[in-house]
Parts: sequence; structure tokens; C-alpha cells
Amino acid sequence: MREQKNIFSNMDWITVGLYLAIMLFGWINIYASAYTEEHKNIFDFSQNYGRQMVWIGCAILISLIIMMIDIKFFPTVSYFVYAFILFLLISVLLLGSATAGSKSWFLIGSFKLQPSEFAKFATNLALAKYLSTIDIKMEDIKTKLTSFLILGLPVMFIILQNDTGSALVYAAFVFVLYREGLSGNILIIGFVAIAVFLLTLMIGKVLIIAVITGITAIMFIYIRKRRKEIVTLLGIFILTAGSVFMVDYAYQNVLEPHQKDRIDVLLGKTTNLKGIGYNVNQSKIAIGSGGFWGKGFLQGTQTKFDFVPEQSTDFIFCTIGEEWGFAGSAVVVILYVLLFLRIIKMAERQRSTFSRIYGYGVASILFFHFMINIAMTIGLAPVIGIPLPFISYGGSSLWAFTILLFVFVKQDACRLQLL
Amino acid sequence: MKAPYTGRKYIINIIIISIAVIFLFRLFYLQVIDDSYKISAERNVLRILPQYPARGLIYDRNGKILVHNEATYDLMVTPKDVKKLDTAELCKLISIDTKTFISRMEKARIYSSYAPSIFEREISQETYGYLQEKLVRFPGFYILARTLRKYPFTIAAHTLGYIGEADQELIDKDSYYKPGDYVGISGIEKSYEKELRGKKGVKYMMVDVFNREKGSFRNGLYDTVSVVGEDLTTTLDADLQAYGEELMKNKRGSIVAIEPGTGEILTLVSSPSYDPNLLAGHSRSKNYMKLLQDIKQKPLFNRALMATYPPGSTFKIMNALVGEQFGVLTPETRFPCSLGFHMGKIDVKCHSHASPLDLAESIQQSCNSYYCYAFKAILEKAGYKNTRASYNRWRDIVMSFGFGKKFFNDLPNELSGNIPSAEYFDRIHGQNVWRALTVISLGIGQGEILVTPLQLANFTAILANKGYYYIPHIVKGIGKSKIIDKKYTTKQIAKVDSNYFNIVLEGMSMVIESGTGTGAKIEKIKMAGKTGTAQNPHGDPHSIFILIAPLDHPKIVVSVIVENGGWGADWAVPIASLMVEKYLNKTVKRVDLEKRMTEGSVYYP
Repeated sequence: MREQKNIFSNMDWITVGLYLAIMLFGWINIYASAYTEEHKNIFDFSQNYGRQMVWIGCAILISLIIMMIDIKFFPTVSYFVYAFILFLLISVLLLGSATAGSKSWFLIGSFKLQPSEFAKFATNLALAKYLSTIDIKMEDIKTKLTSFLILGLPVMFIILQNDTGSALVYAAFVFVLYREGLSGNILIIGFVAIAVFLLTLMIGKVLIIAVITGITAIMFIYIRKRRKEIVTLLGIFILTAGSVFMVDYAYQNVLEPHQKDRIDVLLGKTTNLKGIGYNVNQSKIAIGSGGFWGKGFLQGTQTKFDFVPEQSTDFIFCTIGEEWGFAGSAVVVILYVLLFLRIIKMAERQRSTFSRIYGYGVASILFFHFMINIAMTIGLAPVIGIPLPFISYGGSSLWAFTILLFVFVKQDACRLQLL
Repeated sequence: MKAPYTGRKYIINIIIISIAVIFLFRLFYLQVIDDSYKISAERNVLRILPQYPARGLIYDRNGKILVHNEATYDLMVTPKDVKKLDTAELCKLISIDTKTFISRMEKARIYSSYAPSIFEREISQETYGYLQEKLVRFPGFYILARTLRKYPFTIAAHTLGYIGEADQELIDKDSYYKPGDYVGISGIEKSYEKELRGKKGVKYMMVDVFNREKGSFRNGLYDTVSVVGEDLTTTLDADLQAYGEELMKNKRGSIVAIEPGTGEILTLVSSPSYDPNLLAGHSRSKNYMKLLQDIKQKPLFNRALMATYPPGSTFKIMNALVGEQFGVLTPETRFPCSLGFHMGKIDVKCHSHASPLDLAESIQQSCNSYYCYAFKAILEKAGYKNTRASYNRWRDIVMSFGFGKKFFNDLPNELSGNIPSAEYFDRIHGQNVWRALTVISLGIGQGEILVTPLQLANFTAILANKGYYYIPHIVKGIGKSKIIDKKYTTKQIAKVDSNYFNIVLEGMSMVIESGTGTGAKIEKIKMAGKTGTAQNPHGDPHSIFILIAPLDHPKIVVSVIVENGGWGADWAVPIASLMVEKYLNKTVKRVDLEKRMTEGSVYYP
């Protein structure tokens, strides 16, 4: 072990560079989406971009502070942070203020704080702490149950806040669990579940049951001599067929009307472009009108003139697509992918299990946000209101992502001090 | 230490890269391959705003404004922006009740919540003043200025015409017009539509999602500037027109006055008329229906161009000229009259006068018998059996005086009147059966002959010019350059030699001196005229008079027809005379006569 001399020594500059590049490009687009002749000044704090400038400044400050904190601090306080966040999630349910149907904000003066943004960080800490405990084996049923409990608690409170989008992000931890030894089947099951869900809603339950029965029958002929596998096959058949009915039931009875609408829009079942299909249609128009090279900085019309709702938060990618075209959009996608791959590479080089697991958590959370947000704006996923990391306007999410990332950057910088 | 499951990082990397690749393909499709989003984007933000130029003004021949544009204000509403407001106060300001308010708001909302629509049309200047001050208290409402045609003198309604919104038929036919555009529907507004309307411009504006304007598109690269409509100078004399309308009050009929040297129409009165302002503005359709439903007076009917009358005795002048041209009449030719023309079954009555009369005297006395003989001589000029050929020759000459055909001038909706064709008589009487006596009533301007007041005035101009005319027209200048169609400066030659006109004009001056038109006499002005008393199936004969003044250098010719006015001398003669006095002397000294004419009424139920 050796003492570090400088907080920046051993810091992974590639990650920090990607982080800064994405964040500043994001700010440029927030500026563009809110830009008007009257408000040109970049320090106009009555405008989103002016405030975002402050959030960015704070975010950099936060990252510096994290770099200065002792390396052992975070593993030590993991459970406390987790407990504190759970406490906040419960209190926001009781005391928070509702925005757009979600009761997920604390209003402190004119400042809004969203605990669920920080819950991802806390959950990641707790999960990493738990899974890095000596003698923990992913194969143990107890380990699995405890892991799911750690994930399930915040998810439950967030769902109670009526913020399904944020809750969905916790599915990202599947990657972490997978990396730590959870059966690969979980990915396959996840994939099959999504496929069954979509196919059921798209082509109807009768047809999909018929297809499943057909596949089972063919496989049955193929393996009919092996008794043990027949049992497995039958089990899978009953499970799949059952889930088809469950999807249908859930869609009809459990999903809220707006959630049903969003799925209908995605599947092309609804084409009401003025009503529920409006967001996605306008979003596609904005991105699609960008062309290869885009309309140019501040030249976007769809985003600037408010055709796209939530254009500086959840739909910020529209501004990028419209003003910077395919070229700019591709650069953003590639920057993100480089960041994710870099984080995974860094995670793999950690000597401490805690750091590795935590690193995978960071990559997974960021990746899920990236995947769902962009898929939504280009019409590949239903409208799920979650921010694009480091780009979407908003202090809570920017700080939460910064903390999430820099705690890992700090771990990485000090990886040689840890065992 | 080496953790197990290290290989799994590759799976995770592959998933991340796969998602990114899917995104890149999707983005490439949306942004580069599929063009439809670019079109949708333009449709989102571009609003094409037509720029309406001011419609051209219309002046009289002396530069008095007959038609101008007045600013009018429409109260517009954008339902989405309407916030809490004092409904009662707004209703009071524009004097509507709450029920109307609610139903109009509903209508506007159905049209569009985001786009403005008209809430109240043509607010008065006074209301506008009040409203403008208080408008801040009515969010969602704003005032849009437009222009309205205004007629400072309430004259020449038929001639000036009116404008209205383009109908679907026109919009389909002419792509210039869009729903809501105004277009000239009658009169000069119609015939000079292209000049008056100018050229619409187009402005491409960008709007945001709420339809709020956000500046011009590409700095106006694709905008076109509107071109203001041309001003027109008409040939009308506003004072004379007003005077003519005054004289024709409470009478049906028309006055047409022409400057013979140019064919410029000085006055075109059709009575009864209406206030042209009635057909401009928001009560237009209501007023129009009211005027249309007045079947008794037909105020919308432009008698000067569209009413056709038998010309009566005024047509004797025509036959005198044709007779001379045919060589069957000379100034010395005399025909007998024994209280009429009696031949075979034909019996055309005449009043008592000396007999036989020569040509000039026959005009002075308006002898029916003379013109029966003359017409018979004309038609039998080429032999009794060749009546048809002679008739055709007669008809040809008559039509060269502008009768029986349209002028195709700059006044829409004229009628051609009727000079019956030989074929027509063939059909009625049988081929080669009809002779001069069969159609003898044409000799005295009765029978099938029908002329319009404008044709009669033009005929009078030919007499004044001794053999030619310029197509009577209503506009003498377009725009600053005062260009006018060559058609109106080309001499139209009538097919009677000019030397034959002298004796006829002498007869017509005798009409004024000591004949049927002595009532027309004006001090120090030598004139020529001819009365007419047109028999018709609708009651008393029409009182007709044509007048040339001054005879030596004619400056004005007038034709007057007062429907069912009895003898020419009763109404038409004094009215024509007063018109001339007004035009040449500017003031009318015969106040009593003037009073009698303006106050008199000739109305038949």
C-alpha cells in the first residue's frame, strides 16, 4: 500500500474526458432547446441552460470532493447511505410534492430534490457491499434472496411514488448479478419475457399459445426418449403459456390507462398523433428532420418552437438529432458506448470485489438510462420518463449520476491501495 | 486475485454494442433514408401568410374619390389563451348577450383552440377605441385590422359594383383565390378585378406549437412582396351622376350621358338604385337579400345596361339615315300623312300636323306616316321581291350603330338588345312571305326592336359625331400611367356617310326649337334632340329623349328613359335638358323645373 500524493494521480482521464464531453455537449443542447432572441445570455438563470450551468459547476465540485474523500469511506458507509435513502423515499411519499402525477420530489425553497435519483447510487453501494462480503456465493439461494431484497425495497417505494420509469431502471442490476454468477438463464428468461410480452400484445394470445404449443410439440418429438428433459420441457411450456395469459391479464387489468396507451403507441396499435401518440411522433419528426448533418446549432425548429414536449429533460436527444443530425447523434451514441465499455474495463481491473461490483452497477445503470431514453425518442420503446445521463436538464439527476460515477473513479484511482 | 465468471464481461459488452448498433441503424433510417419526417417538420413550423395589398382606389373624371378603403377591425379570439375574464363587460362593449358569447366561444373552440378565429366582425371605430384600451383585460382576444370598401358619395352603385368573398367555383377555377379572399363581383370591381386587386404577397412565417409567430423563415428568402392594386380613373362625372340620380328619384328608368368625342360615359344612372355602402361590410349578405327580394323595384337591376326598351320615335332618326344612305330619302323627300299611315290592313296612327312634310320636318313633327313610307321605300329599294335582301342591308347599317349587339366594353353584364334578323321573320311569317308592310312597325321604332339605354346614348353620340363613335367605356385611366385599352381609342365607323347627318341634325334641332322637345330649351345653348314614346305591354308608354349639346361642338349626349313616363316630353325631355344644363353650366337656373322633376314620381304598382 502506498499513500497517494495527488487526488488526480491515477485518475482515469478517459472516463473523466468522456464524462465532461457528454455533459458539455448536453448543456449546449439544453441551451439550444431553450434559446430565444430575448434570452441569449448563457448565464441567464431564469432559463434552464443558465441553471444547468450552475448544476454542472456544482457537479464538478462534487466530483472533486469525492476524489478527496478517503477511499475506505464509501464501502464503510454503504448500508448507512442505503438506509438513509430508504428513509428519504418513505418521507417523500408522505411529505413530497407531486409533479405530473409522480410524488417524488422534495421542495426545498425553489429547489426540487428527487431522492429516487440518488437511490440508484445508494442501492448500488449496498449491493456491492453485500456481494463483496467474504464467503458470499451467488449460487446460494440466500444470497439471491438478499440481493433481490436490497433491490426490491427501493423499487417498491419508487413504484408507490408512481414513478414506474425510475423503478424500471433497477432491472439494470441483472447485469451486475449476472457478472457475479447469477445463471445466464436470467438474461435469456428476461429476453424471452420481453418477447412474449410484446408478441402477446401484438398478435394476440390465441396465436402465440398456438406457436408455443407447436414449438413444444416439435421439441417433444426430438427429445421424447429422454424422460427428465420432457419434464423440463413441460415445465417451460406451462410457464410460458401461463405468462402469456398473465401478460394479457396484466395489460387489461393492472396497467394504468396511460401506460397501456404508451405501449399501444409503440406497437403501432394507436395512431392518434394529436393525443397519446403526440410525443413520440413529434420526437421522431424532430430527429428525422435533422438529416445527415443536422440543421445546425440553434437552427432547430421543432425543438425550439416547443413541438417536442419535455425537450430539455427526457426528450433532449431530439435537439441533438435535429440540430446535429445523424452525425451528431451517432457521436453521442458512440461516446456513451465508449464510456460504458471503459467503465466495464475499469471494473474488471479492480482488485477489490466491492469496487468491481460497484463499477458494474455504474455501467449498468448508465446503460439502462441511455438505452430506454434513446429508444423512447426514436420510437423503439414506450414513453418512459427517465433522463439521459449527464445530458438531460436537471440538478438531481446530474448530481446523482456524477456521484455514482465518481465514487467509482475514486475507487479506480486508488485501486492499488485496496486488496 | 482472479474472479470467476470473467468471461461474462464479453456478453455484457456485446449486449451494449448491439443496442448501440440498433440505435445507429434506426437513427440512420429516420434521419437519412426516410424523408417524410422532414416534410412533417416543415408542416409543423411553416405558416404561409398571404399578404393582402390594398385594393386600388376608384376616382371620377375630376379626381374625386368614388371608392376608397377604410380600416375596419375584427375582434379575434384564440380560445386556448382565453383566461378568466369579465364576460359581461366584453359582451357590453361589443353589444352581444352572454348566450351569443358562449355560442361564439364554442364555435371558435370547435374551429381550433390554438388558431385565432373571428369573434366579432367589423367593430366600429368608436368601439375599437374603447376595446383597444381594455383589451389587456381580455386575454386571448386581439384586434385584427382589415380594409373595407367605402363609397363617400352614395352614387353609381351599379357601375362601381361590389366585392365579396370568392366562392368555391372561382377558387377551383382560379388558383389565385383562396377561401376568404375578396373578389369583385359586379360593376367595375368585377371588370377591373385584376388591376384593382394588385398582387398578393406571401410571407413564410415560422410558428411554434401554439401557433405563435416566431419570425420569418430563412430571413424571408421565399417571401414575395405584395403589390398594391392600381387606382382607376373612371369617366364618370361624380356631380353629374349624383344629379342624374337625384332627378331619377322615385322613377324607374335610366340616364346615360356620354362625351361623344371620346366615348367616355359621364353618367350612368339606373333607377331605382341603392347605397353602395350597403353591399360593403358585415351586413352585406343581409342587405343583398333585402335588395334582391324587392321584386317591385329591382334595385339591383342595372337598367342602363340590362333593360331593353323599344326605342320608339327616336329610332326614326336611324331610319332617316338609312333612307338617305339607300338613296330613297333626300332632304326634299315628302310623304303624305292623313292622321296616320293607311295601307291595306295596316293602320298606323299619327297626330295632327301639316302634310306632306319633308325630311327635317318629319323629325321635328315625329310623323309616323312619313317613316312608314320611308321604311317601305327602304325595304323595297331592290324591288318588292327582294325585301329580304334590303332588310338585311338595313339591319347591317343599323347594327353598325351599335344596336343589337354588345359593346364588350368594361362594364359587365350588358345586354345586346334586339334588331330582329331576317331569319326571325322567316320563322314567324314564312320565307319570302313577309314584306315591308309586314314589319312596318320597325319604321317607327316599335315591334321587335329593343335597345338598351346605353345603346341609345351611343347612337346619339354617333349623331353628334356625324358617323362614328368610340366604344362607350367607364374607365379612362389605370394606375399612374393612365393606360387604357386601345379598343376605346379606335374610331368605330357607322355605315352611313357623314354628309347625310346634317339634315337629320337640322330636324333634331327643330325638335328643340319648335317641335316635340321644346321643353329642353336652354338659353344660349343650341341643341338637337329627339323624343320617343315607346308603346309597351307593361302600361303607359316609356318616356324617351335623346339630346346632343351643344350642337356645334357636342360635349355631351344624353339618353333618358323614364319607364311608363308617358310622352317623351313629360319626363325625359326636361330631365335630359337639366342634365345638359348641369354639365355645361355647372349650375341649374331652372329651379322650378328641377324641383318638379326631382319631386315627381312615376311609379306603377
